[in-house]
Amino acid sequence: MIQPHGGTLINKELPKNEKERILGQQGEFEKISISNQYLKIVKNIALGIFSPLEGFMNKNDYLSVLDQMYLEKNIAWPFPIVLDVSENELKNINIDDSIILIDKSNKPIALMNISDIYDYDKKFLAEKVYRSLDKNHPGVYNVFNQKNKLVGGEVFLINRPQPKFTNLDLTPIETRVLFKAKKWDRVVAFQTRNPPHIGHEYVQKAGLTYVDGLFINPVIGKKKKGDFKDELIIKTYEALINNYFKKDKVVLGTFETEMRYAGPKEAIFHAIVRKNFGCDNIIIGRDHAGVGNYYGPYDAHKIFELFPDLGIEPIFFRSFSRCKKCGTIVNEKICPHPPEMHIFFSGTSIRDLIKLGKNPSPDIMRPEIVNVIRQFDKPFVE
Amino acid sequence: MSMENDKKVEYTTVSIPKLLAQKIKQRMKGTGFSSVSGYVTYILRQVLSSIKEDERSKQAFSKEDEELVKQRLRDLGYLD
Repeated sequence: MIQPHGGTLINKELPKNEKERILGQQGEFEKISISNQYLKIVKNIALGIFSPLEGFMNKNDYLSVLDQMYLEKNIAWPFPIVLDVSENELKNINIDDSIILIDKSNKPIALMNISDIYDYDKKFLAEKVYRSLDKNHPGVYNVFNQKNKLVGGEVFLINRPQPKFTNLDLTPIETRVLFKAKKWDRVVAFQTRNPPHIGHEYVQKAGLTYVDGLFINPVIGKKKKGDFKDELIIKTYEALINNYFKKDKVVLGTFETEMRYAGPKEAIFHAIVRKNFGCDNIIIGRDHAGVGNYYGPYDAHKIFELFPDLGIEPIFFRSFSRCKKCGTIVNEKICPHPPEMHIFFSGTSIRDLIKLGKNPSPDIMRPEIVNVIRQFDKPFVE
Repeated sequence: MSMENDKKVEYTTVSIPKLLAQKIKQRMKGTGFSSVSGYVTYILRQVLSSIKEDERSKQAFSKEDEELVKQRLRDLGYLD
């Protein structure tokens, strides 16, 4: 099976006795309350999903990643994973202190050993990660709303945050054991944040044709207004798998994280995460993790040329359509017929139809998927 | 067919002991390789590829972890 990114699967979950010891002394630690989005980051670091990261980045890694997209120890990583804090929160906290990160209900989540506290330039961060300073870009907007200081340091998980879909919440050790038990030598990952249309299904099956198993791994977490709701995405995929896939060839599991909409850089991040889950390949489509017109439609393909040592191999797909003349799903490489012969799969058009109360045709979306969508009074993030 | 887009392979020199080169020359007789460099390149590719395969066989979890995890996967319905 493919090795984790950086060679070692990180496990920073404290053993029971250590948890109890820390919890027994928790009154002695300074605490910082973190949002749901950061709970997910802490969990992802501690359970190896973000291997080789062992904590929030120190300044050296932060600058190295922004400048070269490599960590200081020369391992590819496309953007900073940082914890922003206010000066007020840092009043009693210094480098070398251990603190406890708590959730909004004051539940202790992780121990953090502070190894760096530093200033940063929000404009520089936004420009480097998103190639934009436009606050209409959701990632840029978030950067400008971050607190003014960053803290770096290792994290140790005390309590796992409650996942949104308990039965679909798999760690990299679990997926790796699962793939091994299924005797899958090579696995292709599919990243998604939408209910599947026929084009998605075609791409998934095309990828699966050349390997042993398909890992469908929807992103669950904060998304932008107008995106489909997480529950809907999961239920539509369950319907797709139940009706149109061989069950021993596909695994559905969630990846809890926020979408950053960083386009090409996020494609690299998504690839690294799936490598840690044990996948050899990842499907990268058109405008992967993009938003608006901030990135070119195939920027997320081109960026992989900068990372020959990534380990996981991307499988690139361009746009797909149904050709009326060919009578099947095609792409621009394989079909000679003009655009007027094609029905294109467009997420935006599907969303528009659904908003109007109309159903996408079976040429575009399986009726079982449409039925699931229709069960939701409010299918979109508001 | 146009050759304009064909990428040229660049070469570099690696030093090996003369005695070893002589042994390789002897060994490559009848293999179809016409140069020591070509034969050494072939062998090195094979070695590197087998190292990659060895790395794939290493697991990121212990046998004990595996049994515990399998039980959770059964509880979740992923394994029978």
